[in-house]
Amino acid sequence: MPALEMTNSAALPADWRDFLALTKPRVMSLVVFTGLAGMLAAPELPPLVLGFTAILCIALGAGACGALNQWYEADIDAKMRRTAKRPLPAGRMERQSALHFGVGLSFFSVLLMGLAANWLSAALLAGSILFYVIIYTVWLKPRTPQNIVIGGAAGSFPPLIGWVAGTGHFTALPLLLFAIIFLWTPPHFWALSLFVRSDYANAGIPMLPVVAGVESTRRQIFLYSLPMAAAAIAPWPLGLAGPIYGICAAILSLVFVALAARVLTNRAADPAGMGPEKHLFAFSVFYLFALFTVLVADRWLVS
Amino acid sequence: MTPEDEVIRKRQRDRARIMALLLVAFVVLLYFITIAKTGMNW
Repeated sequence: MPALEMTNSAALPADWRDFLALTKPRVMSLVVFTGLAGMLAAPELPPLVLGFTAILCIALGAGACGALNQWYEADIDAKMRRTAKRPLPAGRMERQSALHFGVGLSFFSVLLMGLAANWLSAALLAGSILFYVIIYTVWLKPRTPQNIVIGGAAGSFPPLIGWVAGTGHFTALPLLLFAIIFLWTPPHFWALSLFVRSDYANAGIPMLPVVAGVESTRRQIFLYSLPMAAAAIAPWPLGLAGPIYGICAAILSLVFVALAARVLTNRAADPAGMGPEKHLFAFSVFYLFALFTVLVADRWLVS
Repeated sequence: MTPEDEVIRKRQRDRARIMALLLVAFVVLLYFITIAKTGMNW
């Protein structure tokens, strides 16, 4: 009934699939994966049901962040091609529903984490939600091109939370995992923002390519990939991970830096000529999955 | 019942079904969490 949906969609009760879409399931999958990897890389594992619940809470917390982000940015999303079909800008849901859903999910995930795992991991989860929503979405994103650099901390919490949920405390390795994602976030997002630059410019979001230009962003991508690679390899020489992880991390990081160097030397200003940026963006997702997979494999094969 | 009412009813039914499923899953999860917690003697 398309005509009906076009005229009355905002007045209709929102479809449950739109609530699911609010949680940004694709982003959630990476968050869940890094949280699970943090838990599995720890020296002790929680009972299966408690570990499952902790990962579920991380997923629900990430979903809450997605919902609250879409609630706050509904006007901006409407101006960008990439996000215009989301439930709020498309008019399939009332804004208030997204707010209630996001706040409800936040409280639920934190309380369940505290009851099932421990209150330290619940506090970290609460902190990461508040950081993402208040520090990143509301404060930094519309104001500074450094939004991704500082805001990236929010996405770096999952392996730390996964580790703490399983053990009740944290050590150097989960902090390094936090650092890896923190340093990975800028090159990952800046590669994307280079080829969707006009979208961000139209929406008035001060992403680095919009404010500082394409060349400066390419330089920053390359510069950030170096400490990221160092942080990724560091667990091996520090004795926190074995040679399986060390060698794989070195190879993966070398490829990442090489792709970042290709981005650095690219001179195209048009998205059509931004093949290196698209390759780096696609590889960066694989990089994080692969890095955390070998970390867990190393931990289980060595021990 | 108008076509609009039908759409509203269908969405309400779908959402009620999903909520019921989620509540049942939550109760089962709480049961197993309790078993795991008491078993661990925390």
